[in-house]
Amino acid sequence: MRVRMLTAVASALTLVLSGCSGGGTGSTDGKVTLRFQSLAWQKESVDANKELVKEWNASHPGIQVQYVQGSWDSVHDQLLTSFEGGEAPDIIHDASDDLADFAYGGYLADLSELLPQRLMSDIPQRSWETTTFGKGIYGVPFLQEPRVLIANKKVLDASGVRLPTDRRPWSWEEFREVTRTLTARMGKGKYGIAWPLKEPVSATLNLGVSAGGQLFHRGDDGRVTVEFTDGDAVVPGTIHAQVNTDKSASRTTLGSGGSDTLPGFFGGKYAMVPLGFSYRQQIVQQAPEGFEWTVLPAPAGPEGPAQGVSPQTLSVAEDSPYKKEAAQFIDFMLRPENTVRLAKGDWMLPTGTRALADPALHTEKDGWATGAALARDLRSAPAQSVRGYPEWKDKVATPALQEYYSGAIDTGELKKRLVRDGNLVLARYQR
Amino acid sequence: MTALRTSRSGRTGQYLALLCYLVFLAFPFLWLISTAFKPARELGSLHPTWIPEDPTLDNFRQAFDEQPLLRAAGNSLVAALAAAVVAVVIATPMAYVMARNRSKLSAAATGWVVVSQAFPFVLVIIPLFLILKNLHLINSLFGLIMVYVVWSLPFALWMLVGYVRAVPRELEEAAAVDGAGRARTLLSVTAPLLAPGIVATALFAFITAWNEFFFALVMLKTPEKQTLPVVLTHFLGAEGVADLGPLAAAAFLATIPSLAIFAIIQKRITGGMLAGAVKS
Repeated sequence: MRVRMLTAVASALTLVLSGCSGGGTGSTDGKVTLRFQSLAWQKESVDANKELVKEWNASHPGIQVQYVQGSWDSVHDQLLTSFEGGEAPDIIHDASDDLADFAYGGYLADLSELLPQRLMSDIPQRSWETTTFGKGIYGVPFLQEPRVLIANKKVLDASGVRLPTDRRPWSWEEFREVTRTLTARMGKGKYGIAWPLKEPVSATLNLGVSAGGQLFHRGDDGRVTVEFTDGDAVVPGTIHAQVNTDKSASRTTLGSGGSDTLPGFFGGKYAMVPLGFSYRQQIVQQAPEGFEWTVLPAPAGPEGPAQGVSPQTLSVAEDSPYKKEAAQFIDFMLRPENTVRLAKGDWMLPTGTRALADPALHTEKDGWATGAALARDLRSAPAQSVRGYPEWKDKVATPALQEYYSGAIDTGELKKRLVRDGNLVLARYQR
Repeated sequence: MTALRTSRSGRTGQYLALLCYLVFLAFPFLWLISTAFKPARELGSLHPTWIPEDPTLDNFRQAFDEQPLLRAAGNSLVAALAAAVVAVVIATPMAYVMARNRSKLSAAATGWVVVSQAFPFVLVIIPLFLILKNLHLINSLFGLIMVYVVWSLPFALWMLVGYVRAVPRELEEAAAVDGAGRARTLLSVTAPLLAPGIVATALFAFITAWNEFFFALVMLKTPEKQTLPVVLTHFLGAEGVADLGPLAAAAFLATIPSLAIFAIIQKRITGGMLAGAVKS
């Protein structure tokens, strides 16, 4: 018995030791190997990424790319540790709102001189602004998604309200009135809208751009301060009124994530749900047979249907010895025809103008056309390059907005917290 | 010795409390199983059911198609088993010394063990990462196992000290009086009584390593080395969006090894505890 146990332990250790080997970036036999960490997670998206890597490897025998699967859930901590340990992937997939600290920390390569003119000129300046920190460009923004209203078509058609278009979206006042009308028509226990506001900050800030909301103001000295103007109050004020005054928005979904609202939406409990454009994939998968839904543009304000976005990005690690090769791979990945494949896989919109013009992204089916029409009005999220934003968001803005939307505090208190407490946080990052 | 008597109503109350607790514990797991077998359209239903109306294996198929679950499970199994074995092999003699030789040093060591459990992962991960990198142990299961052993050792030690103290010293003294040497006493008297504790400790180390996510995420760079918890996160998108069906199917499969090991050794733990009780 004892001998058998010892044999088992020895076998296990042998197995373990045989599994030890290094890996990663390197050059063997004159061949460069790059590690590309992708955060693609939906099947079509993973497939598209892997196929593109395969095509690149087939046509570039001297520069091989290894596909590494990362995850959105943990990418920041994982990258931070990898950067500190000098083991970061060569090519990094992330979102632009996660890049500021990495860029200022010197972990990401400035791509200004590495990217070809074709790519630089194909992506609009407003998109480049999302990855420009100081004088450098630290990522290529390639996919983005506006927030849209996913609506129950039958309920909306029956209500008689005017349906918004990308040319003539609802104003925020009209939107409030529409949700009141829908709620009244739908009957008890049903609501015109359900706001999934588990993460209230980005939704509030990005939609607020349409009403002239900016919240973060950069002075001549480069320092950022928080100010709460009338424009900043429009979106939170509308939501607060829908929940607490009009009762046209469900109170129970305030703490929910987007996916959590879908059963109620499918069940006819809510007429509309504001969600990211890519949620359409879940709706296609999960909607019951015969359920008719449509995609409507989010309400607009004096600034038109503008919205803040944080596009998905591809960056290169500063420590990578093969920055030029990594930039070549990014250029290949983001050729218009390839970007279209990535966009379709992720149910998102490309930033590149040539890819965005592809007819496949303008079909009426599944609301592609509505989203594509909104793309021209997407711009950098207000908090994009603000150092200390993550702490402000977690410690100040999230609890303050949650309390405000639930009716626990009023607008004055919300303003006081966002501005006074927020500036204390930001000041620590700007000494 | 007075017998503990409980009235019939008291006993019923106890069973009810136990039942409630069991239901509470079982709920997430049963819901996970239910979700794993539901088609996508049932996942979005406003009136969810325990038993899927139209059960399907599609989620399992999709989970296996999309992610290398078997390879990841193999990596997790190797890491967790090795970590458990090594942790126990190191911790057992240390625990014996700490339990039997009560001194200031032993008390200080116990204190340090307890304090070390308070360190959050994020505090140690970067220094640890740099050390392992210098040892060329990044992206290596061996490196990960070392981390798991170091991470589970303090608690394993703490657990085992308690088990050793529960073994009556008089039994060892009696063995010595009967002429048994130190080694014989340890092997024939102490070790069998300690076996349930060793198994429980190994189980603790195994489950800690099996479920561990962050070290594996940070240390393992290539897809071939990734462990199951890391691969499970690949079913999650940005802002908490999840591919719920395949995620539930994969998570359900991920619980099976732990459950199987529990089922196999539970009897041994219980039996061993009872044996110890009789001897004391």
